[in-house]
Amino acid sequence: MAKIKNLADLRKLKDQLQSGTKSGGKSEHAEELVQVKIAMATCSIASGARETMNYLVDELEKRNIDAVVTQTGCMGYCYAEPTVEVKLPGRESIVFGYVDHQKADEIIEKYIKNAIMPEGLIPVNYQKINE
Amino acid sequence: MSEYTIHLLVCGGTGCKSRTSHAVAGNLKAEIKNQGLSDVAQVVITGCFGFCEKGPIVKIIPENTFYTQVKPEDAKEIVEEHVVKGRRVQRLLYKDTKTEKIVTDAREMERYKKQVRIALRNCGVINPENIDEYIARQGYEALGRVLTEMDPQQTIDIIKKSVVRGRGGGGFSTGTKWELTFRNKADQKYVVCNADEGDPGAFMDRSILEGDPHSVIEAMAIAGYSTGASEGLVYIRAEYPLAIERLKGAIKQAREYGLLGKNILGTDFSFDIDLRYGAGAFVCGEETALIHSMEGKRGEPTMKPPFPSVAGYLGKPTTVNNVETFANVPPILLKGHEWFSSIGTEKSKGTKVFALAGKINNVGLIEVPMGITLREVIFEIGGGIKGGKQFKAVQTGGPSGGCLTEKHLDIPIDYDNLIAAGSMMGSGGMIVMDEDDCMVDMAKFFLEFTVDESCGKCTPCRIGNKRLFELLEKIAIGNGIPEDIERLINLGNVIKDTSLCGLGQSSPNPVLAMIKNFPREYDAHVLDKKCPAGVCKALMVYEIIAENCVGCTACARACPVGAITGERKEVHTIDTGLCIKCGACMDRCKFNAVIVK
Repeated sequence: MAKIKNLADLRKLKDQLQSGTKSGGKSEHAEELVQVKIAMATCSIASGARETMNYLVDELEKRNIDAVVTQTGCMGYCYAEPTVEVKLPGRESIVFGYVDHQKADEIIEKYIKNAIMPEGLIPVNYQKINE
Repeated sequence: MSEYTIHLLVCGGTGCKSRTSHAVAGNLKAEIKNQGLSDVAQVVITGCFGFCEKGPIVKIIPENTFYTQVKPEDAKEIVEEHVVKGRRVQRLLYKDTKTEKIVTDAREMERYKKQVRIALRNCGVINPENIDEYIARQGYEALGRVLTEMDPQQTIDIIKKSVVRGRGGGGFSTGTKWELTFRNKADQKYVVCNADEGDPGAFMDRSILEGDPHSVIEAMAIAGYSTGASEGLVYIRAEYPLAIERLKGAIKQAREYGLLGKNILGTDFSFDIDLRYGAGAFVCGEETALIHSMEGKRGEPTMKPPFPSVAGYLGKPTTVNNVETFANVPPILLKGHEWFSSIGTEKSKGTKVFALAGKINNVGLIEVPMGITLREVIFEIGGGIKGGKQFKAVQTGGPSGGCLTEKHLDIPIDYDNLIAAGSMMGSGGMIVMDEDDCMVDMAKFFLEFTVDESCGKCTPCRIGNKRLFELLEKIAIGNGIPEDIERLINLGNVIKDTSLCGLGQSSPNPVLAMIKNFPREYDAHVLDKKCPAGVCKALMVYEIIAENCVGCTACARACPVGAITGERKEVHTIDTGLCIKCGACMDRCKFNAVIVK
């Protein structure tokens, strides 16, 4: 990574990252792809989030679905770990709780492929300040 | 991809379910089928919306329409009007209780504004292992602005004016703390991040470090610039391996970008961060003990003054701030102190992260503005008490805090109100207790923790807490005498007044608060030798009611210690001398013949 030399450089990098002209480990067309985020804090991992993540990565590839799978920190829904957020292109993101292999399979087959929602999704109950 | 464009979310939480939300969902499905919309609209049962008093809830996306108190017979109208014609059913829309205004978009609802995420702004949003995702969300912009556009005093002034107070529990003004260090001249100064999170049931600092490590790194660099320090240290517990890994990775990435190290962003300012591991001693969260531990000495507190801002790490001026406090700093500088101080109560500004634990439905991590009530936190955001049981108390401030009860549910939560109510903010653990929790047992639990964690340096804490614990044990096994309660109160107050550091000064708080709030429960243990919640085993006696016993022998076979005797088809009896009060017989008996007194 090249050093950021000054504040102007930092702002340029931010703008590039926001507009997607520079990929920060993400695909350049992330908005047009299925985005999957898995909460991976210690408590999530203890509840099986790593297995869920590996499963989702493998299965999405096997089933030829172009998706960006990333990890993130605690979403706050500790009672429903592992938690997975899915954003389909042009739709609001949805958070699923208690995602084991079976639930992950359901998410791929039903929601990602056909926009059918599996039962038991978690109603998001907060706003993020950047929104 | 299929073409479901409308989703009707029906709450399947306990509250809504008991109010026929399933019939609502069933009718909606039938109506959708009737209208031939099965390929377009889907009905989904979801988890609890945490809005039980207005249930059953139906939310329709993508428009985010929020219908409350929906009855099964409303299904037809919802489908015909909303789904088919795209017109909202006005009479079912949520009405704001204060303004009486009808809310059409769920995101406009008060309920969604209950949580305000400042410290947790990136947690669960960005990939913590990728610095670019942090930068894309205005990361390091605050540091950049501070370094190029402000001098240290200006930065301190903004932090002071924002009135942000220490989130580790003490509640001391962060800006003042920085200013004190800034004013002390020295060849070397330090910034320390206190990540020695020790309260049972509190995990906000770990979550921030695991979910958004760069926010802490950025804020530490800002603190370094403001106070004149070139070195930062994070004191973190070794039992947080993932937080350590993510933090290390983040520090490495920040160095590669030149956001840590020499001449940051082309300025004269240089700053770097190193980690120091704690071995998990509760007392090391106290700043003087923490500093001693970092120096390689025993983790014992020392008298203040001198404060760390005068003589801290290696005798040099040091600023010690908590993880959550640091996480608040970049947004304050980006959005201004006016924005921050517009949130919260008169003396406590901004938000607080709470870890909800115990007998609550939505165990989790929440961030709420100061001034929210316990009722809103527990019953709305937290989704109420598990299993529909009765709320009894909530412990805030962990083993240093106190319990709050029914009568405290409507006071606005802030530093000063919690102290006035006999508890404290602490680092933000909230342990919810229901009718099945015994207040003698809970006090014992917290005291056992402090007895274990006392460093042993001062007598009141080392010996006093042990005596307090023994008195509680005595009461719990039924040997208490009325004077014991008086003794607990007197001794507790002496420990509070005479202990050296915060640990001892606060350790009697749980027991004192519980005696104050639940005097009758303590009397029951001492005078009647009874535990009303049925927790203190020594005070329980299991008995078999002869009339109900059919002599099936199920209880005798279940008893692990052979305390139950009796022939087949004859009344059985329990030998109370042998009984270990495990309750196995009671669980097994199908005839309600086993009772507990």
